[in-house]
Amino acid sequence: MSSKLLNSVPAKSARRLPIRLEYDASRTRSPWWSPILSIILALLLCAVFIAANGMSPVTVYDKMFRGAFGTSYGITETMVKAIPLLLCGLGIAVAYRISVWNIGAEGQLTVGAMAATAVTIYFPGLSSFWSIALMLVFGTAAGALWGLMTAIPRTHFGVNELITSLMLNYVALLALDYVVFGPWKDPKGFNFPGSPMFTAAQSLPVLGTTRLHIGLIFGLVAVAIYYLMIRFTRWGYELRLIGANPTAARYAGIHIKKHIIIVMLISGGLAGIAGMAEVSGVTHKLMQGISPGYGYTAIIVAWLAKLNPLGLIVTSVLFGGLIVGGYSVQTIGLPSSISEMLQGAILFFLIAGDMIHRFRIRRNA
Amino acid sequence: MDFTTQLLIAAISAGTPLLLATLGGILNERAGIIQLGAEGLMLMGAVTTCMVYIRSGNLLLALLAAIAVTAVLGLVHAFLCVTLRANQTMSGLAMTLFGSGLSAYLGKSISGIPLPGTSPKLDLGWVKGIPVAGDIFGRMDGLTWFSLLLVLVLHLLIHRTSWGLHLRAVGDSPATADVMGIRVQLIRYSYITAGTALMGLAGADMVLAYAPTWNEGLTAGRGWIAVGLVIFARWNPLRALFCAYFFGALDSLGFRIQLLGSMIPPYFLKMIPYVVTILVLMYLGYRNRNKPSGTPESLGTPYIREQRF
Repeated sequence: MSSKLLNSVPAKSARRLPIRLEYDASRTRSPWWSPILSIILALLLCAVFIAANGMSPVTVYDKMFRGAFGTSYGITETMVKAIPLLLCGLGIAVAYRISVWNIGAEGQLTVGAMAATAVTIYFPGLSSFWSIALMLVFGTAAGALWGLMTAIPRTHFGVNELITSLMLNYVALLALDYVVFGPWKDPKGFNFPGSPMFTAAQSLPVLGTTRLHIGLIFGLVAVAIYYLMIRFTRWGYELRLIGANPTAARYAGIHIKKHIIIVMLISGGLAGIAGMAEVSGVTHKLMQGISPGYGYTAIIVAWLAKLNPLGLIVTSVLFGGLIVGGYSVQTIGLPSSISEMLQGAILFFLIAGDMIHRFRIRRNA
Repeated sequence: MDFTTQLLIAAISAGTPLLLATLGGILNERAGIIQLGAEGLMLMGAVTTCMVYIRSGNLLLALLAAIAVTAVLGLVHAFLCVTLRANQTMSGLAMTLFGSGLSAYLGKSISGIPLPGTSPKLDLGWVKGIPVAGDIFGRMDGLTWFSLLLVLVLHLLIHRTSWGLHLRAVGDSPATADVMGIRVQLIRYSYITAGTALMGLAGADMVLAYAPTWNEGLTAGRGWIAVGLVIFARWNPLRALFCAYFFGALDSLGFRIQLLGSMIPPYFLKMIPYVVTILVLMYLGYRNRNKPSGTPESLGTPYIREQRF
């Protein structure tokens, strides 16, 4: 029976209303302005909550915007926050492309930071080049291993990767607590939980007197490599095929399990690099709360960019600004969780917007 | 009281919020909709309970508020997933992010303030006289008894009534259910809302029975453990009871080992529930690799009437 025939049978509600909504599954591409509209709607929704708490939303948003983009210090801080978001978001985008829902970037970033710190503790006194190179290798490998621990249960035991990757986030954070309170605690740190400070040779070079470090280059290079791989290699073609139609891909003889493992290794590895860049470029020591939820924010960064690598650069700067803005509202006595609330709301409107435009309003005859 | 009895008491107390959230998840998924927002919903339930309870001093009002707030969030999820047919995974993630952000924001003003009371104990004088069982049952509070009753009710509802048959039909084959005149959308909306309200109640139970004050992110991943428990329990309320108490026991076991003065650092003991969740799911996946897992057949696929054939 064709869908036309079915539609001609009026549903109960259709009989009453002069118009009806008709679903058109063929309209899959949402317009370019839908992410912008969802940000605006999310700002409006959260304004209601801010106003309900007795604050003026205009003051709060103004404070956030000025804090993030108003001064040159704010702009470089925004860029600093954008680096881990870009790297994690890119990793997440690779996995989501074939519907592997990795939400473990937070844990993968944490173990990456831990592995990089391990280099400073067990191989002190290396030259600048070798210590940075070794930290990069260790950080990537640890993140990739953490990703593998999500991929294997999915491919060989059929366990949903959402649950595994999230459980591993908690395991990684507890492991971080263990090392900063236990074996790696700085003996000269006044009993403060954290590793000893990195030496200059163990720190990433920064731009001038700012905190902006060359992790930015890692991120941009990764985006470029990813873009070229997706466009011009056989692997990229297979990935796009699985993303478009997994059943067809399986019939075409593409080994989907192998691809799930590869994308999770890449995804975890990129988050591991982000963790390495954070300790080596920003905090210069391992401590609690090394990530203020970069791994979770990166999910929205990737989704907002529609998994497009170039779009990721824009959205990660935007969300870096949101995090910095969240910090700056603390000066007027508000919690920085405003930015987390905004992120959730943006995601809500984004997924709603992606679907709403598939409905057409039709006049009933 | 011996160690086992103490552990059982602790397992029931730690297991009750898990049980409530798992039952909520079962209702959602039996209707064919994935609900990954449990963590955010539990946090919203917890923060609402704290705010209303501290300001009004009325426990019943606080519980009703928690149920109402999470039911409204459930309606949002239902609207996105049933009416708009949006990505259920992403909607659940958005729920978790929004819930944890909003709860932290709202809870800032009441952080650390102790609640005026805990969950009311039922005074069952005659139960306390029974050896061992008296120790366990005599200590259970109102919400725990409610959760036990709920297990029974939901079990009978799902497996023994025509309403339950309709629910299972909607989760397994919405198209068939639609042809038979069952109102698929109405049933999905109702069970999603009821399920999320239970998750809100789970959050309320966490603050009332477990940690009697609000702290940012106090659920610490228990919502996600509940998402795992739904699979572990194979979408069955009776199994959910045992699974939730098993995890409650694991949760409190770590704490108890620590009290006994063990040399294992507490961070590793706290990892136990997370690691066991992964291992149990891997074991189940391995054991059931050639068997149907009990998953509702159309879980995660939106129903589009126009594409019925």
